[in-house]
Amino acid sequence: MLRIEGLTAGYGAATVLRDLTLSAAPGRITCLMGRNGAGKTTTLKAIMGLVRPQAGRIQLDDTVISDLSPHRVPAQGIGYVPQGRRLFGELSVAQNLRVGLMTRGSGAEVQEEVLDLFPRLRERMGQRADTLSGGEQQMLATARALCLRPRLLLLDEPTEGLQPSMIEAIRQVILTLRDRGAAVLLVEQRIDAVLAMADHVHLIENGRNLEDFDAAQLTRAPDRLRRHLGV
Amino acid sequence: MEFGPYLMLAMLEGAVLAAVLALMASGLSLTFGVMRVVNVAHGEFYMLGAVMAWFVAHLVGGGAAIAFIAAAVIAPLAVGAMAAAADMTILKRIDYDPERTIVATIGLLYVIQQVTLMTYGADARPVEPPFNSRIALPWFEWGEEGLALYYPWGLSTTSYKLFVIAAAAVLILAVRLFMTRTKAGLIMRATQLDSEMATAFGIPVERVYAAVFGIGAGLAALAGVLIVPVQQAHYLMGGDALLLSFIVVIIGGLGSMAGTIVAAILIGMSDGIISVFFSPTLAKILATLLVALVLVFRPQGLFGSRPR
Ligand SMILES: Nc1ncnc2c1ncn2[C@@H]1O[C@H](COP(=O)(O)OP(=O)(O)O)[C@@H](O)[C@H]1O
Ligand SMILES: [Mg+2]
Repeated sequence: MLRIEGLTAGYGAATVLRDLTLSAAPGRITCLMGRNGAGKTTTLKAIMGLVRPQAGRIQLDDTVISDLSPHRVPAQGIGYVPQGRRLFGELSVAQNLRVGLMTRGSGAEVQEEVLDLFPRLRERMGQRADTLSGGEQQMLATARALCLRPRLLLLDEPTEGLQPSMIEAIRQVILTLRDRGAAVLLVEQRIDAVLAMADHVHLIENGRNLEDFDAAQLTRAPDRLRRHLGV
Repeated sequence: MEFGPYLMLAMLEGAVLAAVLALMASGLSLTFGVMRVVNVAHGEFYMLGAVMAWFVAHLVGGGAAIAFIAAAVIAPLAVGAMAAAADMTILKRIDYDPERTIVATIGLLYVIQQVTLMTYGADARPVEPPFNSRIALPWFEWGEEGLALYYPWGLSTTSYKLFVIAAAAVLILAVRLFMTRTKAGLIMRATQLDSEMATAFGIPVERVYAAVFGIGAGLAALAGVLIVPVQQAHYLMGGDALLLSFIVVIIGGLGSMAGTIVAAILIGMSDGIISVFFSPTLAKILATLLVALVLVFRPQGLFGSRPR
C-alpha cells in the first residue's frame, strides 16, 4: 500500500505540490488525473525520490520511502515508467533491460517472464533502443520497470502518442500486473480509458487534491472529469 | 639525413606523443562524458603520475624493470584514489555544477602543484626505462638492382618508445572493453545517458561520479608513468599536457571517445612532424589555430553530436 500524506514538494524555490494526499492499493489500478502542469509527473518523481519533499511523507507498506536516498527507493520494489519513456537511447534493448534487472538483482528468469509479456522485444534484443518504433520504445520502458518485479508500478502517460493496437497491448500488461497483485499508479489523460480500468481516481489541480472517486463513485465521474479537464 | 628517413623519425616521435596524449585525453573525455564537468586539474594528475613513478621507483629499487612495474601499478591507483576523494569532498559538495567545478579544479591544480614543489622539489628527474635497446630502422632506396634496404645513420628508435605506443593502444582498448562489456561500464554509460533515470533504477550516481573521476585521473597518471622514462618528471609538466588534452578533446568532440583518439593521433603526429622539421612553437600555434577553426565551424567537434 502506497500512502502519500500532506506532501509539499517542488523544484528549488518553486513549490509545485501542496499538501497532497493520495494512496494506491495492491491489486488495484489508481489513476492520477489533472490538467497539464497540475503536478502529476512531479508526484511520481517525488515518490521515486527524484524531487525532495518540503513537508509530508511517502510510505510504502511499513517503509517511509521519503526518508531514503533516492537510489535506494526503487529497490523497495517500485518500477517507474516515466513520461516520454526516457530510455537509455544509445544502449541496446538487452542493456536497457539489464539496468532494470540490476536494481534488485533479478535473474535471467525474470527477464524471460517480462519478455513473455512483450514478445516483440525478444526479436530486438541487440538493437539500439533509440532505433525502436514509438510503441516498441514504450514496451521497452514498461519492460525495464517490470524487470525489478515491482510491487508498485508508476506509469506516466504510457499511451501518449501511440497507435490503438499499441495502447491495447500496454493496457493488457497493466491489467495483468494488477491481477498479479501489484499496486498500479497510472497517470492517464484519456477519460474513457481511465473509466474502463480504474478502481480509484485522484483528480488534482495546481498540485492540490481536487476530488477523489472510488469504485462506487466512478459512475458520476465522467461528467465531473470532462468538465474539469475540458474535453 | 635524407627527407624520407627524417620524416619517418619525426613520425615515430609524433606517435609516442600521440599515444600518451590519447591515453590522457581519453581520461578527460570520460570524465566530461559521464559527469559533464571539465576537470582543469587533469594535467596535474598526469604530473602526479610521473612524480609518483619517480618516488616509487626510488623506494622499490631492485632493477629498473621491477621499479617501473611497481610504479605503473601504484601511481595510477594512488592518483585515482586521491581524485575520487577530491570528488567526494569537493565536487559533490558543489553539486557538480559545471562552472563551480572549473573554479574548484583550478584550485585543486594549484594545491597539487605547490605540494609537489614542496615535497619533490623543482628539479626534473628521470626514471630509468625498464628496457631501452636502440633499434635501428631500415630505409629503402632504388638502386641499380631495384629496391634495396639499408640502415641510414641516425634513423633509430628505442624499444621503450615502441612499448609506449603499444601499451597506450592496449590500455585504450581495455577502457573501451570495460565500458562496453562489463557491468560497471554499463552502469557508467547509463549514468552518462540519463542520470535521473539511472537513479530511478537504483544506480548510486554520486558513487559512479567518484569512480569515473578516479578512473579519468588514473588514466592521466598512467600516461605520466609511461612518459617519464622519455621526458623526466617535473612539477610543472602538467600545463602543456593539459593544453594538448583540451585541444584534442575539443577537436575530437567533447565526450566522444573515438573522436578523442583520432584527434590525439592527428595532433600528436603533426606536433611531432612540425616540431622536427620546423619548431615546437609552430606546432603549438597550428594546433591552437585548428582548435579555433573547429570551434568556429564545427563547435561540436569532428566526432561529437550536436547538442540537443
Ligand atoms: N524540472 C522542473 N523545474 C522547475 N519546474 C518544473 C520542472 N518540471 C516541472 N515543473 C513545473 O511544475 C509544474 C507541474 O509540472 P508536472 O508535474 O510536469 O505537470 P503534469 O505532469 O501534471 O503535466 C508545472 O508548472 C511545471 O512548469
Ligand atoms: Mg506530466
